[in-house]
Amino acid sequence: MTCDTEGCPNEATVSETVIRGGKRVEKHLCEQCARKQGLVVQQHVPISELLSKFVVQQSGGAPKSAEKSAHCPACSLTWAQFRQNGVLGCAECYRAFESDLSPLIERAHEGGTHHVGKAPRRAGGAAAAQVVQTRLAAIRRELEQAVAAEQYERAARLRDELRKIGDAPRGGAEEN
Amino acid sequence: MGRGPGNGGAEWIRGAGRDADVVMSSRVRLARNVAGVPFPNAAKREDRRLVVDMVRAATAEARPAESTLWVDMNECPPLERSVLVERHLISKEHAKGAEPRAAVISGPEEWLSIMVNEEDHLRIQVMRSGLCLSEAFAQIDAVDDGLERRLTYSFSPRFGYLTACPTNVGTGMRVSVMLHLPALKITGEIDKVRRAAKGMNLAVRGFYGEGSDAVGDFYQLSNQTTLGKSERDLLDDFERRIVPEVIDYERHAREALMKKRRVVLEDKVQRAIGLLRHARMLGADEALQLLSHVRLGVSLGVLDGVDVTGVNQLILDTQPAHLQRVAGREMDQSERRVARATLVRERLAE
Repeated sequence: MTCDTEGCPNEATVSETVIRGGKRVEKHLCEQCARKQGLVVQQHVPISELLSKFVVQQSGGAPKSAEKSAHCPACSLTWAQFRQNGVLGCAECYRAFESDLSPLIERAHEGGTHHVGKAPRRAGGAAAAQVVQTRLAAIRRELEQAVAAEQYERAARLRDELRKIGDAPRGGAEEN
Repeated sequence: MGRGPGNGGAEWIRGAGRDADVVMSSRVRLARNVAGVPFPNAAKREDRRLVVDMVRAATAEARPAESTLWVDMNECPPLERSVLVERHLISKEHAKGAEPRAAVISGPEEWLSIMVNEEDHLRIQVMRSGLCLSEAFAQIDAVDDGLERRLTYSFSPRFGYLTACPTNVGTGMRVSVMLHLPALKITGEIDKVRRAAKGMNLAVRGFYGEGSDAVGDFYQLSNQTTLGKSERDLLDDFERRIVPEVIDYERHAREALMKKRRVVLEDKVQRAIGLLRHARMLGADEALQLLSHVRLGVSLGVLDGVDVTGVNQLILDTQPAHLQRVAGREMDQSERRVARATLVRERLAE
Protein backbone atom coordinates (compact mmCIF):
# COMPACT_ATOMS: atom_id res chain seq x y z
CA MET A 1 0.00 0.00 0.00
CA THR A 2 1.41 3.42 -0.87
CA CYS A 3 1.37 6.47 1.36
CA ASP A 4 -1.87 8.50 1.53
CA THR A 5 -0.06 11.80 1.03
CA GLU A 6 -0.69 13.09 -2.45
CA GLY A 7 2.23 12.50 -4.77
CA CYS A 8 4.22 10.48 -2.26
CA PRO A 9 5.40 7.21 -3.83
CA ASN A 10 6.63 5.58 -0.62
CA GLU A 11 5.25 2.44 0.96
CA ALA A 12 2.89 3.15 3.87
CA THR A 13 4.23 1.67 7.09
CA VAL A 14 2.38 3.69 9.72
CA SER A 15 -1.36 3.39 10.26
CA GLU A 16 -3.54 5.52 12.47
CA THR A 17 -7.26 5.50 13.07
CA VAL A 18 -8.78 8.86 13.94
CA ILE A 19 -12.37 9.53 14.92
CA ARG A 20 -13.38 12.68 13.17
CA GLY A 21 -16.97 13.96 13.47
CA GLY A 22 -18.12 10.56 14.71
CA LYS A 23 -16.53 8.78 11.74
CA ARG A 24 -13.55 6.49 11.70
CA VAL A 25 -10.88 7.72 9.36
CA GLU A 26 -7.93 5.48 8.61
CA LYS A 27 -4.64 6.99 7.61
CA HIS A 28 -1.79 5.05 6.03
CA LEU A 29 1.45 6.94 5.77
CA CYS A 30 5.09 6.38 5.03
CA GLU A 31 7.50 7.15 7.85
CA GLN A 32 8.67 10.50 6.53
CA CYS A 33 5.11 11.80 6.11
CA ALA A 34 4.09 10.34 9.48
CA ARG A 35 6.92 12.17 11.14
CA LYS A 36 5.94 15.39 9.39
CA GLN A 37 2.41 14.99 10.69
CA GLY A 38 3.68 14.47 14.20
CA LEU A 39 2.85 10.78 14.41
CA VAL A 40 5.46 9.16 16.57
CA VAL A 41 7.37 6.38 14.87
CA GLN A 42 8.82 4.81 17.93
CA GLN A 43 11.57 2.63 16.53
CA HIS A 44 13.27 5.50 14.78
CA VAL A 45 13.28 7.98 17.64
CA PRO A 46 16.84 8.26 18.94
CA ILE A 47 17.21 6.78 22.39
CA SER A 48 18.31 10.06 23.90
CA GLU A 49 15.13 11.77 22.72
CA LEU A 50 12.96 8.98 24.04
CA LEU A 51 14.76 9.15 27.31
CA SER A 52 14.53 12.90 27.75
CA LYS A 53 10.80 12.79 27.00
CA PHE A 54 10.42 9.97 29.44
CA VAL A 55 12.37 11.66 32.19
CA VAL A 56 10.16 14.72 31.87
CA GLN A 57 7.05 12.55 32.12
CA GLN A 58 8.38 10.53 35.02
CA SER A 59 9.41 13.38 37.18
CA GLY A 60 6.61 15.67 36.08
CA GLY A 61 9.15 18.17 34.84
CA ALA A 62 10.53 18.68 38.35
CA PRO A 63 12.55 15.87 39.89
CA LYS A 64 11.57 15.09 43.46
CA SER A 65 14.82 14.47 45.29
CA ALA A 66 17.22 15.78 42.73
CA GLU A 67 16.65 19.49 42.78
CA LYS A 68 17.61 21.55 39.79
CA SER A 69 20.93 22.26 41.44
CA ALA A 70 21.60 18.59 42.22
CA HIS A 71 24.79 17.41 40.62
CA CYS A 72 27.14 14.45 40.58
CA PRO A 73 29.99 15.04 43.07
CA ALA A 74 32.49 13.30 40.76
CA CYS A 75 31.84 14.83 37.33
CA SER A 76 29.46 17.66 38.34
CA LEU A 77 26.85 16.70 35.74
CA THR A 78 23.45 18.09 36.76
CA TRP A 79 20.15 16.22 36.57
CA ALA A 80 18.95 18.90 34.15
CA GLN A 81 21.88 18.17 31.84
CA PHE A 82 21.12 14.47 31.94
CA ARG A 83 17.51 15.20 31.09
CA GLN A 84 18.59 17.18 28.12
CA ASN A 85 21.14 14.75 26.67
CA GLY A 86 20.04 11.36 27.98
CA VAL A 87 23.61 10.39 28.85
CA LEU A 88 25.30 10.34 32.22
CA GLY A 89 28.75 11.79 32.88
CA CYS A 90 30.41 9.02 34.83
CA ALA A 91 29.86 5.82 36.81
CA GLU A 92 29.36 7.84 40.00
CA CYS A 93 26.23 9.46 38.48
CA TYR A 94 24.38 6.18 39.04
CA ARG A 95 24.86 6.61 42.80
CA ALA A 96 24.30 10.37 42.83
CA PHE A 97 20.97 10.14 40.99
CA GLU A 98 19.95 6.64 42.08
CA SER A 99 16.49 7.50 43.41
CA ASP A 100 15.52 9.39 40.27
CA LEU A 101 17.20 6.99 37.89
CA SER A 102 15.71 3.81 39.35
CA PRO A 103 12.11 4.23 38.11
CA LEU A 104 13.38 5.37 34.73
CA ILE A 105 15.70 2.39 34.40
CA GLU A 106 12.94 0.03 35.49
CA ARG A 107 10.64 1.29 32.77
CA ALA A 108 13.31 1.25 30.08
CA HIS A 109 14.07 -2.40 30.89
CA GLU A 110 10.60 -3.92 31.10
CA GLY A 111 10.58 -3.94 34.90
CA GLY A 112 14.21 -5.05 35.31
CA THR A 113 15.65 -3.53 38.49
CA HIS A 114 18.74 -5.62 39.17
CA HIS A 115 21.55 -6.97 37.07
CA VAL A 116 21.51 -10.68 36.28
CA GLY A 117 24.37 -12.24 34.36
CA LYS A 118 28.01 -11.72 33.75
CA ALA A 119 30.24 -9.88 36.21
CA PRO A 120 33.92 -9.03 35.93
CA ARG A 121 35.93 -12.14 36.74
CA ARG A 122 38.67 -10.29 38.54
CA ALA A 123 39.11 -10.62 42.31
CA GLY A 124 38.12 -14.26 42.26
CA GLY A 125 34.50 -13.70 41.35
CA ALA A 126 33.85 -11.25 44.18
CA ALA A 127 31.84 -9.02 41.87
CA ALA A 128 29.60 -11.90 40.80
CA ALA A 129 28.95 -12.87 44.44
CA GLN A 130 28.05 -9.25 45.19
CA VAL A 131 25.56 -9.24 42.31
CA VAL A 132 23.79 -12.22 43.81
CA GLN A 133 23.79 -10.73 47.34
CA THR A 134 22.40 -7.42 46.15
CA ARG A 135 19.65 -9.13 44.22
CA LEU A 136 18.78 -11.42 47.14
CA ALA A 137 18.51 -8.43 49.48
CA ALA A 138 16.21 -6.62 47.05
CA ILE A 139 13.93 -9.64 46.65
CA ARG A 140 13.78 -10.16 50.44
CA ARG A 141 12.74 -6.54 50.90
CA GLU A 142 10.07 -6.94 48.25
CA LEU A 143 8.89 -10.17 49.86
CA GLU A 144 8.44 -8.46 53.24
CA GLN A 145 6.39 -5.75 51.58
CA ALA A 146 4.26 -8.31 49.75
CA VAL A 147 3.55 -10.23 52.94
CA ALA A 148 2.72 -7.02 54.83
CA ALA A 149 0.31 -6.04 52.06
CA GLU A 150 -1.18 -9.58 52.06
CA GLN A 151 -0.26 -10.05 48.38
CA TYR A 152 0.24 -13.78 48.73
CA GLU A 153 0.55 -14.67 45.06
CA ARG A 154 3.31 -12.13 44.63
CA ALA A 155 4.95 -13.35 47.82
CA ALA A 156 4.92 -16.94 46.58
CA ARG A 157 6.50 -15.93 43.31
CA LEU A 158 9.23 -14.01 45.12
CA ARG A 159 9.87 -16.94 47.45
CA ASP A 160 10.34 -19.19 44.42
CA GLU A 161 12.75 -16.71 42.98
CA LEU A 162 14.73 -16.62 46.24
CA ARG A 163 14.90 -20.37 46.29
CA LYS A 164 16.09 -20.45 42.70
CA ILE A 165 18.92 -18.01 43.33
CA GLY A 166 19.80 -19.64 46.66
CA ASP A 167 20.16 -23.02 44.97
CA ALA A 168 22.29 -21.74 42.16
CA PRO A 169 26.02 -21.98 42.65
CA ARG A 170 27.60 -18.69 43.66
CA GLY A 171 29.29 -16.33 41.30
CA GLY A 172 28.36 -15.88 37.67
CA ALA A 173 25.95 -18.79 37.91
CA GLU A 174 24.30 -17.82 34.67
CA GLU A 175 27.50 -17.66 32.74
CA ASN A 176 30.01 -20.30 33.67
CA MET B 1 45.27 1.27 3.99
CA GLY B 2 46.93 -1.37 1.89
CA ARG B 3 45.92 -4.40 3.91
CA GLY B 4 43.16 -2.49 5.60
CA PRO B 5 39.48 -3.34 5.80
CA GLY B 6 37.68 -3.69 2.55
CA ASN B 7 40.29 -5.66 0.68
CA GLY B 8 39.38 -9.05 2.06
CA GLY B 9 35.91 -10.50 2.25
CA ALA B 10 34.16 -9.73 5.50
CA GLU B 11 32.93 -12.83 7.29
CA TRP B 12 29.34 -11.59 7.43
CA ILE B 13 29.22 -11.10 3.66
CA ARG B 14 29.79 -14.80 2.94
CA GLY B 15 26.07 -15.51 2.81
CA ALA B 16 26.72 -18.84 4.47
CA GLY B 17 25.72 -20.39 7.76
CA ARG B 18 22.42 -21.30 9.32
CA ASP B 19 19.28 -19.79 7.77
CA ALA B 20 21.41 -17.56 5.57
CA ASP B 21 18.62 -17.32 2.98
CA VAL B 22 16.79 -15.01 5.42
CA VAL B 23 19.38 -14.00 8.01
CA MET B 24 22.13 -12.01 6.35
CA SER B 25 24.19 -11.49 9.50
CA SER B 26 24.23 -11.79 13.29
CA ARG B 27 25.80 -9.27 15.62
CA VAL B 28 26.48 -9.08 19.35
CA ARG B 29 27.90 -5.98 20.99
CA LEU B 30 28.97 -5.17 24.53
CA ALA B 31 29.23 -1.71 26.08
CA ARG B 32 31.99 -1.31 28.66
CA ASN B 33 33.61 1.59 30.51
CA VAL B 34 36.91 1.93 32.29
CA ALA B 35 36.52 2.63 36.04
CA GLY B 36 37.63 5.99 37.37
CA VAL B 37 37.40 7.87 34.05
CA PRO B 38 34.31 9.93 33.07
CA PHE B 39 32.28 8.59 30.13
CA PRO B 40 33.53 9.90 26.75
CA ASN B 41 30.93 12.68 26.40
CA ALA B 42 31.94 14.19 29.76
CA ALA B 43 35.63 13.28 29.68
CA LYS B 44 38.37 15.80 29.08
CA ARG B 45 40.61 15.38 26.10
CA GLU B 46 43.44 14.00 28.27
CA ASP B 47 41.05 11.44 29.75
CA ARG B 48 39.95 10.28 26.34
CA ARG B 49 43.56 10.04 25.25
CA LEU B 50 44.27 8.00 28.39
CA VAL B 51 41.48 5.54 27.54
CA VAL B 52 42.74 5.20 23.97
CA ASP B 53 46.24 4.42 25.28
CA MET B 54 44.94 1.96 27.89
CA VAL B 55 42.85 0.06 25.36
CA ARG B 56 45.70 0.03 22.88
CA ALA B 57 48.00 -1.54 25.47
CA ALA B 58 45.31 -3.98 26.62
CA THR B 59 44.54 -5.20 23.09
CA ALA B 60 48.23 -5.52 22.28
CA GLU B 61 48.58 -7.85 25.26
CA ALA B 62 45.27 -9.66 25.10
CA ARG B 63 45.48 -10.30 21.33
CA PRO B 64 41.71 -10.69 20.92
CA ALA B 65 42.10 -11.92 17.33
CA GLU B 66 44.85 -13.51 15.27
CA SER B 67 45.62 -10.25 13.57
CA THR B 68 44.23 -6.85 14.44
CA LEU B 69 44.42 -3.46 12.85
CA TRP B 70 44.58 -0.37 15.04
CA VAL B 71 42.84 2.65 13.50
CA ASP B 72 43.46 6.05 15.06
CA MET B 73 40.48 8.14 13.97
CA ASN B 74 42.58 11.33 13.90
CA GLU B 75 44.80 9.81 11.27
CA CYS B 76 42.07 8.12 9.29
CA PRO B 77 40.99 10.14 6.21
CA PRO B 78 37.22 10.85 5.86
CA LEU B 79 36.76 8.46 2.93
CA GLU B 80 38.36 5.57 4.85
CA ARG B 81 36.13 6.34 7.81
CA SER B 82 33.08 6.12 5.56
CA VAL B 83 34.31 2.77 4.25
CA LEU B 84 34.42 1.52 7.86
CA VAL B 85 30.86 2.77 8.43
CA GLU B 86 29.60 1.04 5.28
CA ARG B 87 31.26 -2.18 6.42
CA HIS B 88 29.40 -1.86 9.74
CA LEU B 89 32.70 -1.75 11.63
CA ILE B 90 32.16 1.65 13.21
CA SER B 91 29.08 3.86 13.70
CA LYS B 92 28.38 7.09 11.84
CA GLU B 93 28.83 8.97 15.12
CA HIS B 94 32.23 7.40 15.66
CA ALA B 95 33.34 8.47 12.20
CA LYS B 96 32.52 12.12 12.91
CA GLY B 97 34.52 12.88 16.03
CA ALA B 98 37.98 14.39 15.71
CA GLU B 99 38.96 13.92 19.35
CA PRO B 100 40.92 10.93 20.61
CA ARG B 101 38.96 8.01 19.23
CA ALA B 102 40.06 4.72 17.79
CA ALA B 103 38.92 1.40 16.44
CA VAL B 104 40.38 -2.08 16.62
CA ILE B 105 39.45 -4.29 13.69
CA SER B 106 40.29 -7.92 13.23
CA GLY B 107 41.65 -8.75 9.81
CA PRO B 108 41.10 -10.04 7.26
CA GLU B 109 37.64 -11.35 8.05
CA GLU B 110 36.50 -8.42 10.14
CA TRP B 111 34.52 -10.51 12.59
CA LEU B 112 35.57 -8.28 15.48
CA SER B 113 35.62 -4.55 15.96
CA ILE B 114 36.12 -2.44 19.06
CA MET B 115 35.20 1.23 19.04
CA VAL B 116 37.14 3.24 21.60
CA ASN B 117 35.48 6.42 22.93
CA GLU B 118 32.20 6.18 21.11
CA GLU B 119 29.27 6.72 23.52
CA ASP B 120 31.05 4.37 25.94
CA HIS B 121 34.78 3.82 26.36
CA LEU B 122 34.49 0.45 24.65
CA ARG B 123 31.93 -0.86 22.25
CA ILE B 124 32.96 -4.39 21.38
CA GLN B 125 31.22 -6.03 18.43
CA VAL B 126 31.30 -9.46 16.80
CA MET B 127 29.59 -9.96 13.46
CA ARG B 128 28.97 -13.28 11.73
CA SER B 129 27.26 -14.59 8.64
CA GLY B 130 23.82 -16.23 8.94
CA LEU B 131 22.08 -16.98 12.24
CA CYS B 132 25.09 -17.42 14.50
CA LEU B 133 24.41 -15.62 17.75
CA SER B 134 25.57 -18.22 20.28
CA GLU B 135 28.91 -18.55 18.55
CA ALA B 136 29.24 -14.80 18.20
CA PHE B 137 28.51 -14.51 21.93
CA ALA B 138 31.13 -17.10 22.83
CA GLN B 139 33.68 -15.12 20.82
CA ILE B 140 32.78 -11.75 22.29
CA ASP B 141 32.69 -13.20 25.81
CA ALA B 142 36.27 -14.41 25.39
CA VAL B 143 37.40 -11.05 23.98
CA ASP B 144 35.70 -9.29 26.91
CA ASP B 145 37.41 -11.59 29.43
CA GLY B 146 40.79 -10.95 27.87
CA LEU B 147 40.35 -7.18 28.07
CA GLU B 148 38.86 -7.29 31.54
CA ARG B 149 42.00 -8.94 32.88
CA ARG B 150 43.88 -5.81 31.85
CA LEU B 151 41.30 -3.05 32.36
CA THR B 152 39.10 -2.40 35.39
CA TYR B 153 35.54 -1.95 34.20
CA SER B 154 32.90 0.25 35.83
CA PHE B 155 30.54 -2.19 37.45
CA SER B 156 27.86 -2.03 40.13
CA PRO B 157 26.37 -5.09 41.84
CA ARG B 158 22.90 -3.65 41.31
CA PHE B 159 23.08 -2.12 37.83
CA GLY B 160 25.77 -4.34 36.33
CA TYR B 161 28.08 -2.81 33.70
CA LEU B 162 27.65 0.96 33.95
CA THR B 163 27.09 2.72 30.63
CA ALA B 164 26.75 6.34 29.57
CA CYS B 165 23.12 5.81 28.59
CA PRO B 166 21.01 4.01 31.24
CA THR B 167 19.21 2.13 28.44
CA ASN B 168 22.36 -0.01 27.99
CA VAL B 169 23.05 -0.72 31.65
CA GLY B 170 23.13 -4.29 33.05
CA THR B 171 24.67 -6.70 30.59
CA GLY B 172 25.51 -3.87 28.20
CA MET B 173 24.66 -6.36 25.50
CA ARG B 174 22.80 -5.68 22.30
CA VAL B 175 21.98 -8.65 20.08
CA SER B 176 20.86 -8.08 16.51
CA VAL B 177 20.22 -9.80 13.22
CA MET B 178 20.02 -8.34 9.73
CA LEU B 179 17.04 -9.97 8.08
CA HIS B 180 16.21 -10.10 4.40
CA LEU B 181 12.41 -10.09 4.15
CA PRO B 182 11.49 -9.44 0.51
CA ALA B 183 8.58 -11.87 0.34
CA LEU B 184 6.85 -10.36 3.37
CA LYS B 185 7.26 -6.99 1.70
CA ILE B 186 5.75 -8.22 -1.58
CA THR B 187 2.82 -9.91 0.17
CA GLY B 188 2.28 -6.80 2.32
CA GLU B 189 2.71 -8.61 5.63
CA ILE B 190 5.81 -6.77 6.75
CA ASP B 191 3.86 -4.36 8.97
CA LYS B 192 2.66 -7.29 11.06
CA VAL B 193 6.27 -8.19 11.77
CA ARG B 194 7.07 -4.60 12.68
CA ARG B 195 4.12 -4.41 15.04
CA ALA B 196 4.88 -7.78 16.64
CA ALA B 197 8.52 -6.76 17.14
CA LYS B 198 7.48 -3.51 18.74
CA GLY B 199 5.12 -5.40 21.03
CA MET B 200 8.05 -7.54 22.19
CA ASN B 201 10.09 -4.43 22.94
CA LEU B 202 12.48 -5.03 20.05
CA ALA B 203 13.91 -2.33 17.85
CA VAL B 204 13.44 -2.54 14.07
CA ARG B 205 15.88 -0.54 11.99
CA GLY B 206 16.97 -0.31 8.38
CA PHE B 207 20.13 -1.49 6.64
CA TYR B 208 22.17 1.48 7.79
CA GLY B 209 21.31 1.16 11.49
CA GLU B 210 19.89 3.71 13.88
CA GLY B 211 17.61 6.25 12.27
CA SER B 212 17.58 4.59 8.86
CA ASP B 213 14.55 3.40 6.95
CA ALA B 214 14.28 -0.08 5.56
CA VAL B 215 15.72 -0.02 2.07
CA GLY B 216 15.90 -3.09 -0.11
CA ASP B 217 13.83 -5.20 2.29
CA PHE B 218 16.63 -5.44 4.87
CA TYR B 219 15.58 -5.07 8.48
CA GLN B 220 17.76 -5.05 11.56
CA LEU B 221 16.07 -6.51 14.61
CA SER B 222 17.57 -6.01 18.08
CA ASN B 223 16.80 -6.24 21.80
CA GLN B 224 16.29 -3.10 23.85
CA THR B 225 16.24 -4.57 27.34
CA THR B 226 19.64 -5.12 28.93
CA LEU B 227 18.86 -5.19 32.66
CA GLY B 228 17.24 -8.03 34.61
CA LYS B 229 17.93 -10.80 32.10
CA SER B 230 21.13 -12.78 31.78
CA GLU B 231 23.08 -12.85 28.54
CA ARG B 232 22.12 -16.50 28.09
CA ASP B 233 18.38 -15.85 28.53
CA LEU B 234 18.50 -12.91 26.18
CA LEU B 235 20.33 -14.91 23.53
CA ASP B 236 18.11 -17.97 23.83
CA ASP B 237 14.98 -15.89 23.60
CA PHE B 238 16.25 -14.16 20.51
CA GLU B 239 17.92 -17.05 18.71
CA ARG B 240 15.52 -19.87 19.53
CA ARG B 241 12.17 -18.13 19.74
CA ILE B 242 11.92 -14.72 18.13
CA VAL B 243 14.16 -14.94 15.07
CA PRO B 244 13.00 -18.44 13.99
CA GLU B 245 9.42 -17.18 14.05
CA VAL B 246 10.23 -14.36 11.68
CA ILE B 247 12.24 -16.75 9.47
CA ASP B 248 9.27 -19.14 9.25
CA TYR B 249 6.98 -16.29 8.42
CA GLU B 250 9.23 -15.12 5.55
CA ARG B 251 9.65 -18.67 4.24
CA HIS B 252 5.88 -19.20 4.21
CA ALA B 253 5.48 -16.00 2.25
CA ARG B 254 8.17 -17.19 -0.20
CA GLU B 255 6.45 -20.54 -0.62
CA ALA B 256 3.10 -18.89 -1.17
CA LEU B 257 4.64 -16.68 -3.84
CA MET B 258 6.23 -19.71 -5.54
CA LYS B 259 2.99 -21.67 -5.54
CA LYS B 260 0.34 -19.07 -6.15
CA ARG B 261 1.99 -16.04 -7.71
CA ARG B 262 5.04 -17.46 -9.41
CA VAL B 263 4.70 -15.12 -12.39
CA VAL B 264 4.67 -12.07 -10.12
CA LEU B 265 7.76 -13.35 -8.35
CA GLU B 266 9.66 -14.22 -11.53
CA ASP B 267 8.70 -10.91 -13.06
CA LYS B 268 10.21 -9.02 -10.10
CA VAL B 269 13.40 -11.10 -10.17
CA GLN B 270 13.89 -10.94 -13.95
CA ARG B 271 13.15 -7.22 -14.12
CA ALA B 272 15.70 -6.67 -11.37
CA ILE B 273 18.46 -8.66 -13.05
CA GLY B 274 17.58 -7.11 -16.41
CA LEU B 275 17.88 -3.59 -15.08
CA LEU B 276 21.07 -4.36 -13.20
CA ARG B 277 22.65 -5.90 -16.31
CA HIS B 278 21.73 -3.04 -18.60
CA ALA B 279 21.33 0.21 -16.66
CA ARG B 280 23.92 2.93 -17.26
CA MET B 281 23.17 4.84 -14.08
CA LEU B 282 22.08 3.42 -10.74
CA GLY B 283 21.18 5.18 -7.48
CA ALA B 284 22.26 3.63 -4.17
CA ASP B 285 18.75 2.81 -2.91
CA GLU B 286 17.65 1.63 -6.36
CA ALA B 287 20.61 -0.75 -6.60
CA LEU B 288 19.93 -2.10 -3.11
CA GLN B 289 16.26 -2.74 -3.92
CA LEU B 290 17.10 -4.51 -7.20
CA LEU B 291 19.84 -6.57 -5.56
CA SER B 292 17.33 -7.56 -2.90
CA HIS B 293 15.03 -9.04 -5.56
CA VAL B 294 17.95 -10.81 -7.20
CA ARG B 295 18.96 -12.24 -3.82
CA LEU B 296 15.41 -13.53 -3.40
CA GLY B 297 15.52 -15.11 -6.86
CA VAL B 298 18.82 -16.82 -6.12
CA SER B 299 17.57 -18.14 -2.75
CA LEU B 300 14.48 -19.59 -4.42
CA GLY B 301 16.39 -21.09 -7.33
CA VAL B 302 14.55 -19.14 -10.00
CA LEU B 303 17.71 -17.41 -11.15
CA ASP B 304 20.86 -19.16 -12.32
CA GLY B 305 24.40 -17.96 -12.76
CA VAL B 306 24.44 -15.64 -9.74
CA ASP B 307 25.29 -16.59 -6.16
CA VAL B 308 24.34 -15.09 -2.79
CA THR B 309 27.91 -14.23 -1.82
CA GLY B 310 28.30 -12.29 -5.06
CA VAL B 311 25.08 -10.39 -4.42
CA ASN B 312 26.09 -9.62 -0.81
CA GLN B 313 29.47 -8.41 -1.99
CA LEU B 314 27.79 -6.13 -4.54
CA ILE B 315 25.51 -4.69 -1.85
CA LEU B 316 28.64 -3.55 -0.05
CA ASP B 317 30.76 -2.60 -3.05
CA THR B 318 28.07 -0.36 -4.58
CA GLN B 319 27.97 1.93 -1.56
CA PRO B 320 29.34 5.46 -2.04
CA ALA B 321 32.61 5.27 -0.12
CA HIS B 322 33.46 1.84 -1.54
CA LEU B 323 32.92 3.10 -5.09
CA GLN B 324 35.11 6.13 -4.49
CA ARG B 325 37.83 4.12 -2.89
CA VAL B 326 38.05 1.81 -5.90
CA ALA B 327 38.08 4.83 -8.22
CA GLY B 328 40.80 6.36 -6.05
CA ARG B 329 39.13 9.76 -6.01
CA GLU B 330 36.10 11.66 -4.76
CA MET B 331 33.06 11.48 -7.02
CA ASP B 332 29.83 13.45 -7.01
CA GLN B 333 26.48 11.72 -6.96
CA SER B 334 25.99 11.46 -10.70
CA GLU B 335 29.51 10.12 -11.23
CA ARG B 336 28.81 7.54 -8.57
CA ARG B 337 25.62 6.48 -10.29
CA VAL B 338 27.56 5.77 -13.46
CA ALA B 339 30.36 3.98 -11.59
CA ARG B 340 27.82 1.91 -9.68
CA ALA B 341 26.03 0.80 -12.85
CA THR B 342 29.35 -0.06 -14.50
CA LEU B 343 30.50 -2.18 -11.58
CA VAL B 344 27.18 -4.02 -11.37
CA ARG B 345 27.16 -4.69 -15.13
CA GLU B 346 30.65 -6.16 -15.01
CA ARG B 347 29.95 -8.40 -12.03
CA LEU B 348 26.60 -9.66 -13.26
CA ALA B 349 27.56 -10.12 -16.92
CA GLU B 350 26.19 -13.35 -18.39
